[in-house]
Amino acid sequence: MGKIKEKFLLVLGGAAVGLTGGFFGGGGGMLCVPLLDKFLKVETKRAHATAMLAIMPMSIAAVVTYFLKGHFELWDTLTTGLGVLAGGLVGALLLKKLNSFVVAVIFAVLMLGAGVRLTFF
Amino acid sequence: MKIFIMILIGVAGGIIGGMGMGGGTLLIPLLVIFTDVTQHGAQAINLAAFVPMSVVALIIHFRNKLVDVKKAVWIAVPATVTAVFSSLLADKADGKSLGRYFGVFLLALGVYQLCSAIADKVKKKRMEDRK
Repeated sequence: MGKIKEKFLLVLGGAAVGLTGGFFGGGGGMLCVPLLDKFLKVETKRAHATAMLAIMPMSIAAVVTYFLKGHFELWDTLTTGLGVLAGGLVGALLLKKLNSFVVAVIFAVLMLGAGVRLTFF
Repeated sequence: MKIFIMILIGVAGGIIGGMGMGGGTLLIPLLVIFTDVTQHGAQAINLAAFVPMSVVALIIHFRNKLVDVKKAVWIAVPATVTAVFSSLLADKADGKSLGRYFGVFLLALGVYQLCSAIADKVKKKRMEDRK
């Protein structure tokens, strides 16, 4: 792939990642990883690691904006964040042990369930 | 009681996130459905809650030389600009509508996740069959 075409995809993809990440407060990674591994042929593990760094400044900028607009609760964030940190470690350890297909399907079903609940009720 | 529910929801989101799938896309609806946190509030919590976990994970990824810094920067700069714009846009939406938009977003992601999981499985099976 040409250097210019690659940069173009990165910038365009980055803009899309920022738009969804800021508007929905998440989901940036779910766009950023396929951008890197499906479109730019980065190896999957590398794509995940690179996406994490790519998303961090965007997340911080969005948090600051939400904070300035009065949507940020420190205490709620700390308690949930503590859980995320613990769960993150468990998830990283489980990664090798669990059947990733089963987890991916359960996750997809949960998303669909929550999606129906939020959209229609 | 609320604290326990929030920690539990965080753990659930963290496990999915730690496995490299979008943990936040689960964390936000769980918070909105099971606690009194608003859609806007849940989105802010999610954005902030994943930063510490990402820092820890990134330290490990850097040690393993898995981070392509150049590509990350090329994504991060435009993403940061558009994220400020879209965050301001989200602020303008009322909680109920934002929740609906988020629901549609989840449905799209759920369908994509399901399809790509099945596609990966089929691909793996074919590779195994060839051996």
